[in-house]
Amino acid sequence: MGDSHYGFSLTTFSPSGKLMQIEYALNAVKNGQPSVGLRAKDGVVLATENKSSALHEDQPKVEKISKHIGCVYSGMGPDYRILVKRARKIAAEYELMYGEEIPTTQLVTKLAAVMQEYTQSGGVRPFGVSLLIAGWDDEPGRPLLFQCDPSGAYFAWKATALGKNDVNAKTFLEKRFSENLELDDGIHTALLTLRESFDVGMTEDNVEIGICNKNGFQRLTKQQIKDHLGAL
Amino acid sequence: MSIMSYNGGTVIAMAGKECVCVGSDLRIGEQMTTIATNQKKIYKVADKIYLGLGGFHSDTQTVLNTVQFRKSLYELRENRKIKPKVVATMVSNLLYQHRFGPYFTEPLVAGLDPITNEPYICGMDTIGCIAAPRDFVAVGTGQEYLLGVCEGFWRENMGPDELFEATSQALLSGLERDAASGWGAVVYTITKDRVNMKTIKARMD
Repeated sequence: MGDSHYGFSLTTFSPSGKLMQIEYALNAVKNGQPSVGLRAKDGVVLATENKSSALHEDQPKVEKISKHIGCVYSGMGPDYRILVKRARKIAAEYELMYGEEIPTTQLVTKLAAVMQEYTQSGGVRPFGVSLLIAGWDDEPGRPLLFQCDPSGAYFAWKATALGKNDVNAKTFLEKRFSENLELDDGIHTALLTLRESFDVGMTEDNVEIGICNKNGFQRLTKQQIKDHLGAL
Repeated sequence: MSIMSYNGGTVIAMAGKECVCVGSDLRIGEQMTTIATNQKKIYKVADKIYLGLGGFHSDTQTVLNTVQFRKSLYELRENRKIKPKVVATMVSNLLYQHRFGPYFTEPLVAGLDPITNEPYICGMDTIGCIAAPRDFVAVGTGQEYLLGVCEGFWRENMGPDELFEATSQALLSGLERDAASGWGAVVYTITKDRVNMKTIKARMD
């Protein structure tokens, strides 16, 4: 049994204390298309690259989970769709059980628990995605932004980036981020950050944006995205 | 005789301006025999949320335990105070999950929102169908008598004192007509900064 043994068993620690499969899952995320999340004063922005082609139909990456919650990912698309399906189920079940929308923190906790389960169960592999989850906290009335990793770890961010070039993007955000950005400025900053990791020009066909404020979560239309890109 | 009137007992709730009142009688019996005369049918769920339970007493206790357990778990998990409307939905779901072998109890939820202090009252049947009127609700063996009397006593925007008076008078009048309820009453007045409990003597027979 050589070193490589640890790389196959999901639940066996390597001598250095790592679970290799989870490291590999994080690599899958690092190689994925970039996405950016940013918390403005009055809302949250999610932005991502969505490489389009003339040949296939558009497949959205920004998805709505419940009225005030939406998410985006970097990593493997098929895995993401499983998680979106689960997230919607969790949100709907909560709403039926308690008669009100699931709080963002609750959804993130429960979704992270699902992701953790896939690191310890038999016959499965960890998810090859990291999620950015945007929500609105109704009680004090504030925007929330979470990142959810394949290991089941989750973090609350003011602004962050996933996927290709995430380190540079985060450095860029550190310089550009300010606590009292309005939502529109937030979109602007998010797009500027995203542009750092683009190797082609940004158009309304290869950028996707989702916003979340007190009125709920929504995906921006192509026209709206075009307008925001024009203002860059 | 129906299992719903085996033990007897009546609960009422009225909503006022930034306050709610909830009251019950004190009798518990086995059909015509009175067993005890100190059984409140109102239970505290949270600081400003009370649950009234009419019907078969032992099912009442089971439902109460389950609701208190789930409420504690909810508050720990979400790290916030539960709202009356959420308690009501929770109870309603519990009851409907037993749709084909129901708990023989009709609950009533009365309270103020922990943040906005908005009054909330609702009653439901044994399988959890919620009725949340803005004025008053009653459950238990004296329900029909009480609803009639309430119609006369309830006014718009009553303050705590006025509301207490209306609730008590309605309850006492209702108890006169119902043989399975009586032996005094207890009335909780829930306002935004305190909850006042008063026991009332009635016809003690």
